[in-house]
Amino acid sequence: MIAIPYLTALSTYFSYGLLFAFGQLRDFFRKIVDWWRASTLDGYAPICLGLEDFYIRRLYLRIQDCFGRPISSAPDAWFDVVERYSNDNNKTLKRTTKTSKCLNLGSYNYLGFAAADEYCTPRAIESLKKFAASTCSTRVDGGTTMLHTDLEECVARFVGKPAAVVFGMGYVTNSAILPILMGKGGLIISDSLNHNSIVNGARGSGATIRVFQHNTPSHLETVLREQIAEGQPRTHRPWKKIMVIVEGIYSMEGELCKLPEIVSICKKYKAYVYLDEAHSIGAVGKSGRGVCELLGVDTADVDVMMGTFTKSFGSCGGYIAGSKELVQYLKYTCPAHLYGTAISPPGAQQIISSIKVILGEDGSNRGAQKLARIRENSNFFRSELQKMGFEVLGDNDSPVMPIMLYNPAKIPAFSRECLRQKVAVVTVAFPATPLLLARARICISAAHTKEDLVKALEVCLSVCLGLPVIFLLKSPFFIHMFCF
Amino acid sequence: MASYGLNMLNSTVNWVTQALDAPSARAVVFGVHIGGHYFVEGLLLVVILFLLSQKSYKPPKRPLTKKEIDELCDDWVPEPLIPSITKEMEYQPPVLESAAGPHVIINGKEVVNFATANYLGLVGHEKVQESCTAALEKYGVGSCGPRGFYGTIDVHLDCESRISKFLGTPDSILYSYGLSTMFSAIPCFAKKGDVIVVDEGVHWGIQNGLHLSRSTIVYFKHNDMKSLHDTLEKITADNKRVKKLRRYIVVESVYQNSGQIAPLDEIIKLKEKYRFRVFLDESNSFGVLGQSGRGLTEYCGVPVEKIDIVTAAMGHALATEGGFCTGSSRVVDHQRLSSSGYVFSASLPPYLASAAITAIDMIEENPGLIVKLKKNISLLLKGLSGIQGLTVTSSPESPIVFLKLEQSTGSIKGDMELLEEIAERALKEDSVFVVTSKRSVLDKCRLPVGIRLFVSAGHTEADLTKACECLKRVSGLVLKHRD
Repeated sequence: MIAIPYLTALSTYFSYGLLFAFGQLRDFFRKIVDWWRASTLDGYAPICLGLEDFYIRRLYLRIQDCFGRPISSAPDAWFDVVERYSNDNNKTLKRTTKTSKCLNLGSYNYLGFAAADEYCTPRAIESLKKFAASTCSTRVDGGTTMLHTDLEECVARFVGKPAAVVFGMGYVTNSAILPILMGKGGLIISDSLNHNSIVNGARGSGATIRVFQHNTPSHLETVLREQIAEGQPRTHRPWKKIMVIVEGIYSMEGELCKLPEIVSICKKYKAYVYLDEAHSIGAVGKSGRGVCELLGVDTADVDVMMGTFTKSFGSCGGYIAGSKELVQYLKYTCPAHLYGTAISPPGAQQIISSIKVILGEDGSNRGAQKLARIRENSNFFRSELQKMGFEVLGDNDSPVMPIMLYNPAKIPAFSRECLRQKVAVVTVAFPATPLLLARARICISAAHTKEDLVKALEVCLSVCLGLPVIFLLKSPFFIHMFCF
Repeated sequence: MASYGLNMLNSTVNWVTQALDAPSARAVVFGVHIGGHYFVEGLLLVVILFLLSQKSYKPPKRPLTKKEIDELCDDWVPEPLIPSITKEMEYQPPVLESAAGPHVIINGKEVVNFATANYLGLVGHEKVQESCTAALEKYGVGSCGPRGFYGTIDVHLDCESRISKFLGTPDSILYSYGLSTMFSAIPCFAKKGDVIVVDEGVHWGIQNGLHLSRSTIVYFKHNDMKSLHDTLEKITADNKRVKKLRRYIVVESVYQNSGQIAPLDEIIKLKEKYRFRVFLDESNSFGVLGQSGRGLTEYCGVPVEKIDIVTAAMGHALATEGGFCTGSSRVVDHQRLSSSGYVFSASLPPYLASAAITAIDMIEENPGLIVKLKKNISLLLKGLSGIQGLTVTSSPESPIVFLKLEQSTGSIKGDMELLEEIAERALKEDSVFVVTSKRSVLDKCRLPVGIRLFVSAGHTEADLTKACECLKRVSGLVLKHRD
């Protein structure tokens, strides 16, 4: 857990308070101006109520140029960021035709499959010619091609489960599977920092939801014991089934899940385990098979394994792997399978080819090289950042490393200054993270070379020292100052 | 205990009064002599204080001991994760061996394909293939990030502006999957307490969006304007404070579950009368209805500004994947930060976005495709008239031709068995690929199931005649022994 220093918390609250006060002042003036002018609403209620988009209008729009930056090339290790300008104080941003080549520290390109690859891209183009860009149909109607059946076999083999089913989008996978597996009378216990798609799916299912402290198996055990003993709320009938949902790597913390302890607790209390490996499949583990391989957990102990293909495989879509009966049942009932368009054939071919490269079945050892490189890169970068005094979260071997910024003014400062020095980073603030804990998140890729990483480190350090903003660094000889 | 005390008190009082009937304790109140009263009052006060200080009786709390919790945990038996597999769950759809165009190869045989929503025949078209190939070579396959974090590629922005230009709206926003478009857009604008009036035949994506929004949902009869009018009247009459709530009507232009077309001009009249906003899902009408393919708004002669939010999935006429939502700038900008399917999900692969741009260019340049599609639909409907045992329930201009059983077996399961037999025999014996409508256990729609044929501009007259004859023959065989 992150322990925020007292002084930093105070200054962050003060900064947000100031921004909030200015925002309210401007809203007040806006109300006066609107009172003079006639309303165009004419009897309808306003489509966005006053305070709902306050954050967007008064805080986010000021730093809008740090988010949603368009690129005009493949999201490889170096890419072209399109420059934008604004005439009305960041309310609207217009594109220019100028681009600048920057080092990419933001895209989820863990194994470097994002750009055109020598093995994968020719095969993707071939499958495009054979099966066209889309099947325009759901899987149960006319959307299942030979590629899809091959893909499901390949994924099941890679993940280590008897069968798998593939969907067109990772977000929809979670939202549509959880309502099928759990219903009213069931209990879902999910980690407090789970992704929005899991939260949505859990809400849509109608089951009772309880949350346990992030990555704390002892608290999970307490919650399980309490809930089994009490039963359903108000009626105290026993629960129909209990499911515990965890993620492999948490995308905002970079931490690995404590899977062996959690699985043993779930086995003891007869709860089902749902593992969401969106960021960890293909990126960790000796042969890229994810958190189970890395932490030595038998895949037969995890009941439902879910993952996405956007991160390590450079494609799109999501999958669910489990027993043959589970997959068959899902294919019969899951709305994403029955109503959603099948995954696009070139995308499917890209996944098959990238899995073959990772496993070494394409006849070369590029897969093993990529896996070794991403591990080396992540560990090197993390240790260097910590030596420089930054507060970096996450475990060793995890390619996601958030650097804590805390103060809202540091977010645009860090982002813009890094971009000026040709390094593209991602900064995250409320509502994706808690209000006080804004951070810059770095995603390392196997496509980064040692020189790229050294340059990135130099830029990070110079940004910290060169600005009139001095960061809160853990090292004793750096002073902390407020910034506005 | 209290009554015992009172008795004691009374006897004490009497004794005391008798004993201490001293002159000092006498008083005259309203001409009545009262004796010994100070002493009595003092005693009463003591008794009251004593009773108040007593705690009321509560049963003692006994939390479960560790041993008891252990026992409960051992005793508890969960249900199996999934129910046992029945025979109908083992259904395997036919596997395609070539692109899903008007003709497709299944099991080595060439088959006429009415199962894919390839309305304008753009699947496998060479211009679309060329633009996809160029995009694949330039950008790779995936976009590797959500829109907020370097997942915005210039083709996405080009695609959004192309869609806005084509439809004549200020702005649009691109989603990476057709199904997630509606169920992300609705919770953005409707929260707990708002009122949504929706047709009972909408597809699962919309139903899920309504459920996630936690608003008050009111259904009206499928495509029945009188029922809509009554519902709106009821809602606004009952509730005076409904004026402050956001109110929406959600309809689809061409319903996937029945093939009917919504009468948009009447809906607009009702919307203006009762001050509701309209959500329109144009997945199956974009590129199909209207002179130039601009959808239901052009077909009904309604200016597109009157519809507040238009969404569509691109996996139909545009032969690509993903979805978009279009409307005023305020509507679109709000979704860029509040729509969960947009913010928390990776963006659309760039080659699919460039395929969408090429497809829209082709619709604008070749209006002949739309004319051919209309002709094909009318030919097919003419050929299917008089089919035994099945009736056509879709609208005459809808690209989804929906056939339901004239006489239902009484249960959805029974209907599905018959329809699936018809579809299987059509594929095996006559090489015509049609599909039945599928229902998930989570789907709340109660409309009748049927056989769907997706007509394409790429079908020839021979294909259509073949399909009509095949269906007539097979349905005659399968449904004959029912009468």
